Amino acid sequence: MNFYIVSLIKIALVFAIFMTTLAYLQWVERKVLAHIQSRTGPLRVGPHGLMQPLADVFKLLTKEDLLPPYVSRFFYLLAPFIAVSLALIAISIIPFGPEIDVFGYRTYMQISDVNVGILFILAIAAVSVYGVALAGWSSNNKYSLLGGLRSSAQMISYELPFTLVIVSPLLLANHLSLRSIVDSQAGYYLGFIPRWSIFQIPFPQIFAFIIFMIAGFAETNRVPFDLPEAENELVAGFHTEYSSMKFACFFMAEYANMVTITCIATTLFLGGWHPLFPAPYSNWIAPLVFFVAAILCFIAGVQNVRKRDRYTFPVFGIAFLILAAIFAVPLFWQVTMPIFWFCAKVGFLLFTYIWVRGTLPRFRYDQLMKFAWTFLFPCALINLLLTALFVAVF
Amino acid sequence: MLLWYFGHMPTTYAETWFPVLIQILIALAVASAMIGLSALLGRHVRDPIKFMPYESGMNPVGNARERFSVKFYLVAMVFILFDIEAIFLYPWAVVYRQLRLFAFFEMLLFIVLVLCGFFYIWKKGVLDWSSDEQRRQQREAEIRRAA
Repeated sequence: MNFYIVSLIKIALVFAIFMTTLAYLQWVERKVLAHIQSRTGPLRVGPHGLMQPLADVFKLLTKEDLLPPYVSRFFYLLAPFIAVSLALIAISIIPFGPEIDVFGYRTYMQISDVNVGILFILAIAAVSVYGVALAGWSSNNKYSLLGGLRSSAQMISYELPFTLVIVSPLLLANHLSLRSIVDSQAGYYLGFIPRWSIFQIPFPQIFAFIIFMIAGFAETNRVPFDLPEAENELVAGFHTEYSSMKFACFFMAEYANMVTITCIATTLFLGGWHPLFPAPYSNWIAPLVFFVAAILCFIAGVQNVRKRDRYTFPVFGIAFLILAAIFAVPLFWQVTMPIFWFCAKVGFLLFTYIWVRGTLPRFRYDQLMKFAWTFLFPCALINLLLTALFVAVF
Repeated sequence: MLLWYFGHMPTTYAETWFPVLIQILIALAVASAMIGLSALLGRHVRDPIKFMPYESGMNPVGNARERFSVKFYLVAMVFILFDIEAIFLYPWAVVYRQLRLFAFFEMLLFIVLVLCGFFYIWKKGVLDWSSDEQRRQQREAEIRRAA
């Protein structure tokens, strides 16, 4: 019976952290984009705009919820429902850490280790096209229809290289369960080069990783591929006719998909929770990083630009010091180290997402489709065949 | 404390999928809560202008349920073909280390056969979305016919 209680606790924990991440990812994105463009970003609600996500939720909830008379009512409501609920499911099979021992109870740092993990993820990714396609069609608006069509054609086109490229790390791991894939990436070459998929010898999976990330950008409709939301030609694409929280549903789904895709990239290619350095050194990286962050906060607090920062920066500094202290306790390392390394990798990939958004312009639609079919798809196939050949020969 | 020792790792099928089922239920609940709450909380003011399809401030002309480019349909069809091919690779990848070169050449044969179809589609212009290119090809064909 305990197994069920522990699973419920794990689900509650993961879900709470996941929702907070989604809310604050938006804040981080706005801040990073602002600083790329030499602006300050959200600053008014709370210190450094930290309460902005909360304010946004309340604003969106109390906005007028339009249900236009010309839409197909059932599908119009079903579309955001599909988008959000599917985006929240995939997190349940992501492994965050190894088997841990809590008060003598052994459990995985993962909600459930499904033996067909990758197929489950692909199934969810495939069905989530319905959210966009139905939203575009049911809105009964020309812009929505075009946006929905474009977006669904784009998503299924990029699903091909996405599906093909996942096979090459599978060839190295020979298992569909995400936990076994991470386990197969443990250890170090020559004592210091991690055996992550992107570094593994048979064929450098770094190509597979790049193709995966490009296809991932297109799957989540992020910037170089955000054709459905090309606001200068299609107003807002498939969600033109949505308002209030139904509109926010699509954004929440987009951010959830972003987090899921980066989690999968970390699991398949970047060795999951395995650290970049061998054990004795890697354990001290986390406290060191937080300590440096704390010092930087204190320095920033002394050189105050705004009056309020004289208090906020030292508070952040103290928070970072507490974090550093927690991560420096060897007793907690079995839990804190995997979490730190997993979050560091996912965080880096998420930052790349935002960075690309701040840097690259949008594709033209014919370029986008041509790129998927005549470049990415052959590249994924060649990568797959070379990996297979190298695995078979060595 | 002793009670905790009765816990065990999931072994049966039902136990592996139970947490996923709970997660699915939570996701459905959150999605319906988001849509339901916004319908309940917001202020509703009816206005004929507000209930017009948004077309950049112009009065909408006709219906949106019109015919659209056949390209989208073709892409969907081609996708089904190649996605099935991709899914065939998954069981192959799982048993690959036992079969090695035999599996490699078998799959190479299969992929080459599928690629033949891919190049046929490519040369037929299904993957070509730019109308400029099509018009150029048509013009070239006409010139060739004339010559």
